[in-house]
Amino acid sequence: MKLSGGEILVQFLHDEGVEYLFGYPGGAVLHIYDAIYKQDKVKHILVRHEQGATHAADGYARATGKPGVVLVTSGPGATNAVTGIATAYMDSIPMVVITGQVATQYIGSDAFQEVDAVGITRPCVKHNFLVKRVEDLAITLKKAFYVATTGRPGPVVVDVPKDVTAPNVKIDYEYPGSVTMRSYNPVEKGHPKQIRQAADIILSAKQPMIYTGGGVLLSDAAEELIEFTHCLGYPITSTLMGLGAYPATDPQFLGMLGMHGTYEANMAMHECDVLIAIGARFDDRVTGDTEKFCPQAKIIHIDIDPSSISKNVKVHVPIVGNVKTVLTDINAVLKEKNSKPDKEALDKWWQQIKVWQKEDCLQYDRKSKLIKPQFVLEKLYEVTKGDAYITSDVGQHQMFAAQFYKFDKPRRWINSGGLGTMGFGLPAAMGVQLAFPGAPVACITGEASIQMCIQELSTCMQYMLPIKVVNLNNRYMGMVRQWQELMYESRYSHSYMDALPDFVKLAEAYGHVGVQITDPKDVEPALKEAFTKYKDRLVFLDFITDQSENVYPMIKTGQGHHEMYLASQRGRGLA
Amino acid sequence: MRHIISILLENEAGALSRVAGLFSARGYNIESLTVAPTEDGTLSRITLVTRGPDEIIEQITKQLNKLIDVVKLVDLTEGDHIEREMMMIKTRVTGEGRDEVKRLTEIFRGRIIDVTDTTYTVELTGSASKLDAFIKALNVPILETVRSGVAGIARGEKSLHV
Ligand SMILES: Cc1cc2nc3c(=O)[nH]c(=O)nc-3n(C[C@H](O)[C@H](O)[C@H](O)COP(=O)(O)OP(=O)(O)OC[C@H]3O[C@@H](n4cnc5c(N)ncnc54)[C@H](O)[C@@H]3O)c2cc1C
Ligand SMILES: Cc1ncc(C[n+]2csc(CCOP(=O)(O)OP(=O)(O)O)c2C)c(N)n1
Ligand SMILES: [Mg+2]
Repeated sequence: MKLSGGEILVQFLHDEGVEYLFGYPGGAVLHIYDAIYKQDKVKHILVRHEQGATHAADGYARATGKPGVVLVTSGPGATNAVTGIATAYMDSIPMVVITGQVATQYIGSDAFQEVDAVGITRPCVKHNFLVKRVEDLAITLKKAFYVATTGRPGPVVVDVPKDVTAPNVKIDYEYPGSVTMRSYNPVEKGHPKQIRQAADIILSAKQPMIYTGGGVLLSDAAEELIEFTHCLGYPITSTLMGLGAYPATDPQFLGMLGMHGTYEANMAMHECDVLIAIGARFDDRVTGDTEKFCPQAKIIHIDIDPSSISKNVKVHVPIVGNVKTVLTDINAVLKEKNSKPDKEALDKWWQQIKVWQKEDCLQYDRKSKLIKPQFVLEKLYEVTKGDAYITSDVGQHQMFAAQFYKFDKPRRWINSGGLGTMGFGLPAAMGVQLAFPGAPVACITGEASIQMCIQELSTCMQYMLPIKVVNLNNRYMGMVRQWQELMYESRYSHSYMDALPDFVKLAEAYGHVGVQITDPKDVEPALKEAFTKYKDRLVFLDFITDQSENVYPMIKTGQGHHEMYLASQRGRGLA
Repeated sequence: MRHIISILLENEAGALSRVAGLFSARGYNIESLTVAPTEDGTLSRITLVTRGPDEIIEQITKQLNKLIDVVKLVDLTEGDHIEREMMMIKTRVTGEGRDEVKRLTEIFRGRIIDVTDTTYTVELTGSASKLDAFIKALNVPILETVRSGVAGIARGEKSLHV
């Protein structure tokens, strides 16, 4: 089959199984857009800003496990995509971003819309490529997908100069079904000796704790994790990124850990004698002060990326490998071992944990006359029966969502944890809704975050994406205000959101349904209506919430897991 | 501790900047870095000298290994190895200084490779510390120093190859 570069690119995406291409045209990619025009196999989604394209592809990838694919033009198209690329990079999300580039003979001449896309994105991609010859296009794309989706996943940029896609140069094309790279061989299986050693330590624990992260989801290992945890009867916690891998409603689950984690999860971390870390990277939001981190624990760490191991916290038994494979092997070893965990010690440990749970650390004022953000999330959980896809922006609303929406299934909680990118939520929800057209999808956001990619409301109209935008409108950059209250003696420097638009009218201007809710009693009816009467419409729910609400518990910078600041302490001047 | 890390790198455009970028982005220090082709046209070899506590060196080697263009690497300082660096140094020499530089060059087994009425240029090869010692011993004005950076290789049967 003789094809031009532009045609090869599109045909390749089809052969690779790509369903959606999120993009925005421009000079350097016009040949590719012409090839897109002539086919209907790969569906192109036209966003309103390249950042939206990257987040939408990212949301699609997080919800499906398949790589998200983006196409942008050179220069400003590429630079606009950088935030989304970095967002995916920090959370290890598989993505392939194709950037147009000026023709090869102009590279380096400060040509119109030229930027060094490979140079700019180098620090925030897993790998990137510049394709110099049309003959290299298909194989380079194959390498890009291979690198993006294997090992520790991540975004890969392929920079394609305009002449490489020229319509007049046609060459033979055959889909490269597989590729090998001598310099890239991700480890799959954990070392048997390490696994046996880990099993011994796991079984010898008196006060064990399982700490899981995004790696479990990336590895699709929820089943293996559940088997592992049930078979041992140990308590389990998760990072923000790992929520949903283990059912939140299961009694062994202690809630999220870390800066805004639950009292019981953090206390159990502090007191545990064996810590089993699975696909988690000991982020500073999770560990607090590493000097005070799990002072008594022997630490076992399963991770596919050797550089995650002993990076922030020294571990005792590292196991490099894919979570799914390693857990399968550990489960098998535990079964054949015939020895059981120390039941007496474990009972005592659970009694202690129950005492911590009595603190009821997520309490809030349920009788408030103002809408509490926590209340909205509880109602959302009820109305959607815990079965919605929830995307989020960044701020207090994100933490409330993580604490109050109990995720029982993997890949339902879609948020930017590592980079913390405001503006992520709405475009990410587009990717999710496209992947699962009939499923309920809600975007939890704040009045500040939503304005960072609000233009995508137009995309939602064009493709009829019935997302429910849950705007927890506290008229503040709440998370910033909270830090200013607690750490800067309430000097609210530039955290007040003045001159807000009328979100109802704004939603309507884009052709959607807008509703403002100011009274707690209207919260549930409004949500119900959004998911029933307006099932097929995008509904922008503008909840006017209590401005003074804070996220608790909170571990402040430099503190350990046992030094949480709780909601119950707020009025007591213990800050 | 000082470490000499040898890397076999895909001979691709931009591969070197991935290595250099890693060090600046993560705040690791580079004392010297040399890069040149090998007998295999698809591979370059980098010798990189860095300093840091063991945990940092461990991270450095892990992060380098993670770069897709890095085919293989070895920390030479973990075993017996040979280290060489070449230096050319131009000195201002007049009167007695001329004899002194000549003598010193002989002691260090260097060579004077260029001579004018007022200058000597000396070529010297050895470990980095030997070159440092030579510079320290010179007490004539130095006009220019150019060092190649360290190249290293393991002793004995061990070799870094694909
Ligand atoms: C406002 C705000 C507040 C936050 N507060 C908290 C908080 O209170 N608590 C909290 O937990 N986080 C919090 N975060 C998120 C935090 O910044 C980190 O993003 C998060 O803790 C990292 O989660 P993780 O350790 O699961 O790592 P991830 O980023 O999910 O990394 C996954 C790890 O798994 C490994 N991995 C990937 N694939 C595999 C595989 N197949 N097999 C084996 N290993 C694999 C990777 O190498 C990596 O080490 C907050 C973020 C924001 C924006
Ligand atoms: C792009 C970007 N800029 C700045 C920040 C810093 N930041 C973190 S949370 C936050 C406030 C978010 O406000 P809002 O969306 O209203 O959410 P709230 O905290 O009020 O729920 C800011 C400014 C960020 N995370 N991302
Ligand atoms: Mg707000």
